[in-house]
This record gives sequence, structure tokens and C-alpha cells, in this order.
Amino acid sequence: MSLDKNQIAKRIAQEVKNGMYVNLGIGIPTLVANYIPHGIEVVLQSENGLLGMGPFPTEDQVDADLINAGKQTITTLPGSSIFSSADSFGMIRGEHVDLTILGAMEVSEKGDIANWKIPGKMVKGMGGAMDLVASAKNIIVAMQHTARDGSSKLLKECTLPITGLKCVKKIVTDLCVMEVTDKGFKLLERAPGVSVEDIQKATEGTLIVEGDIPEVQL
Amino acid sequence: MINKTVKNVQEALQGVENGMTLMLGGFGLCGIPENCINELLRLGVTDLTCISNNAGVDDFGIGLLLQKRQVKKMIASYVGENAEFERQLLTGELEVELNPQGTLAERIRAGGAGIPAFFTPAGYGTEVGEGKESREFNGKMYLMETWLKADFAFVKAWKGDTAGNLIYKGTARNFNPMMATAGKITVAEVEELVPAGELDPNMIHTPGIFVQRIFQGEKYEKRIEQRTVRST
Repeated sequence: MSLDKNQIAKRIAQEVKNGMYVNLGIGIPTLVANYIPHGIEVVLQSENGLLGMGPFPTEDQVDADLINAGKQTITTLPGSSIFSSADSFGMIRGEHVDLTILGAMEVSEKGDIANWKIPGKMVKGMGGAMDLVASAKNIIVAMQHTARDGSSKLLKECTLPITGLKCVKKIVTDLCVMEVTDKGFKLLERAPGVSVEDIQKATEGTLIVEGDIPEVQL
Repeated sequence: MINKTVKNVQEALQGVENGMTLMLGGFGLCGIPENCINELLRLGVTDLTCISNNAGVDDFGIGLLLQKRQVKKMIASYVGENAEFERQLLTGELEVELNPQGTLAERIRAGGAGIPAFFTPAGYGTEVGEGKESREFNGKMYLMETWLKADFAFVKAWKGDTAGNLIYKGTARNFNPMMATAGKITVAEVEELVPAGELDPNMIHTPGIFVQRIFQGEKYEKRIEQRTVRST
């Protein structure tokens, strides 16, 4: 049984530690906020200019002047702060944000990431992705292990335009949890019922398997 | 105190000409200078270079200027919500320069702060770095990026006073404070314009020195792109 989007988010939430400042990208990373364990205090950063992002507003709390980086209406929390986009990216480039969680189209065994452009299709722009991956102390990627046609997205070299070089530290896919090391993808955990051979088959880049690989515990 | 007040948006945009470089504040549709955009539409100025994080949506914000083919070039970071933009880009009618968002913010800040260039790690090793100088500092590679300035900067604030001091609200602040510093002429439109002395000097986000013209916007639609609510 491979992990669904919510299970990937739930597994990544285990990486979030008390007291962290965290930036969540659009898609599966946004779901991580739903699974942060009770008793763990984290501050979510929205790169348009907010620290301490609260839940979506109720209908009567909706404020057009309060949105997140995905342009969704949001709320603040006690202790939130608001600042310019220049200050926001100062926080990011200055390595004050502890953890960045984002999606990817491809990751290479060296930790390169491609997630902003597919040549020949509409170019939407990189937004804050390049700034985030260039400076984050710790980057965890949430992604599908293979494309719809079955081809691997965990590669020796990225084929799509690069967002950043040698930056990804950990990857949680529908099939497994991996760490990026000097020698390649090191397999840490596998999804329940997914074999090491299945993961090997779905991984084009170098996969390092040492000893027994435990199943993901959710 | 120097009075920066102009009587309306028409007076605020006097001197805007074809071919100028303009900065427009806002992130998505949040904190955009709605009244100034409407006046740019009415004036019909063309061949504009617009510097803005986004390009609006098809029927609001900078999207309206695109519909009327008033924009020659966009300098932006994310432009994914706009079908007309895509069409003009694919047919070559529109020139686009995409910047990492933090690089865009810092280039504008640098323009206003008198810093012609700076080094950032964002975009190193990507197509953003092609043709740019790169340099190593403490074992890490950085790209040189240059400042951005504009003939006119249009910003939107919540409150302003006649001295040009501005206070923004919520995440409508975004790119507005940097853009306010980087225009040869900075036009601030505000929801509420008050006499100098009514705003607490401790609470000012943009000091009036950066603002040449200020007026109270006639109305604000404040359209929401992704209205997302919870039930309880």
C-alpha cells in the first residue's frame, strides 16, 4: 500500500520539531499543518510577509488584506507578525527559517531539485521557490515517486530546468522515506507493504539500502 | 510639513508617458493600486515596462492593462493566473523577465537604497543565472543581481497622511514598501487620508520622504483570488 497525500503529509509532520519556524509550499506541504502533533509549537512562515499563519478564516473573518503565499485567505494568531516581502526573503536567505517543505517534479541523487518549469508548457514563474531552496537549512520534499507513465522522478540528474542545486535533505514519497547523502538516496523507511525491490525499480538514481528497512509508522 | 496631497488620481498620474517603466505594488490581487491601474487604463499609455510580483488575473489588476495591450514587458516572479498573459507570451507580443521572488524584492529595495548590485544564492546553477556574474563567498556560490528603479512607482497603503507617511494593513504590505522607495515619482493611494499629525510616528511603515504624491482612492473592490474558509 503506497502512501496517499495525507499520509505523506502525516509522515513529514513527524520531522517538525518544537520551536521551529517552518515554510510550507503549495500542495501536499500545506497539508502538513493539519498533522503537527499536539504539544509541538511551530510558527508557519508565509513568504509574502507573515509569521504565525493561522487557520483559514470563518466566513465573517474573511479579510482581503490577509492572504498566504498561495493567495488563500487566512488568519493571524496571537504573536503573529507582518512585514514586507523584502524582510520575508531576508529571513529566508539569512537562514532564520528552520525547515522548508516543498513539492518537486524531480530530485537528483545529489539533492538537486526541479519544480518550477516544464519547457514547452506555460511558464508560470518560480515565485519564491529558488530563494527558498538556495538558503534553507533543511529541505524536505513531498512528491510522487514516479510519473503517471511509471518513469522515475528520483534521478541521477534532473532533466527539467533546475530550481536549486544540492539542497534537498530528505524526501517522502508515496513509496518511501529517503535521505540524500554524498553517495545517493539512502532508503530509511518504506510504505507499508511496499518492498525494497519495488522502491529500487521505481528509483533511477543510486539507491543505498543498508540492513533491514522498517515500514513507515503513522 | 510638506504637503504631498494631490486632489485626485488624474493629478496623481500626470507625467506618465508611453514607454515608461512602472512599479506596481501588490501580491496577487492583495494590496494592488486599483485606482492608479484604472487611470492607466483611461490614459491608454502603451509600451510600458511593468515591474510587479504578479500580472493580475484576466479581468482585474495588471491583467486589465494586458487586455488593452498597454504592456510591452513584465518583470515579475509568478504570472500563473492569467490566460491573456499566456497568449501574449506565446505569440511574442509580450516580453517577460522572471525573477526569484526574493531577488525581485531585493532588487527593488536596492534601487531605493542606492545599492547598484548585490549577491544572492537564489538562482545559482539555474537558467536565472545565465549570463550573470557569479562569485564564491565562504564556499558557497552567489549570483550578482542589479537594482531596479522606475519612472513611477504606484503603491497602495491602508492609511496615509498629507506628509506622505504610510501605514499598510495585513499582507497587503508585501512589495509596496520597497516600491515606494524606488520610484522617481512615487504615487501612494490610500484608503484613508488624514492630516499630518494624526498618525503615530512610531507606527509609520513608509516615511513620507519616499512619497511624492498621495491621494485617497475613490473606491476599493479588493477582489479575493482564493476565498478559502472553514466552517467553524
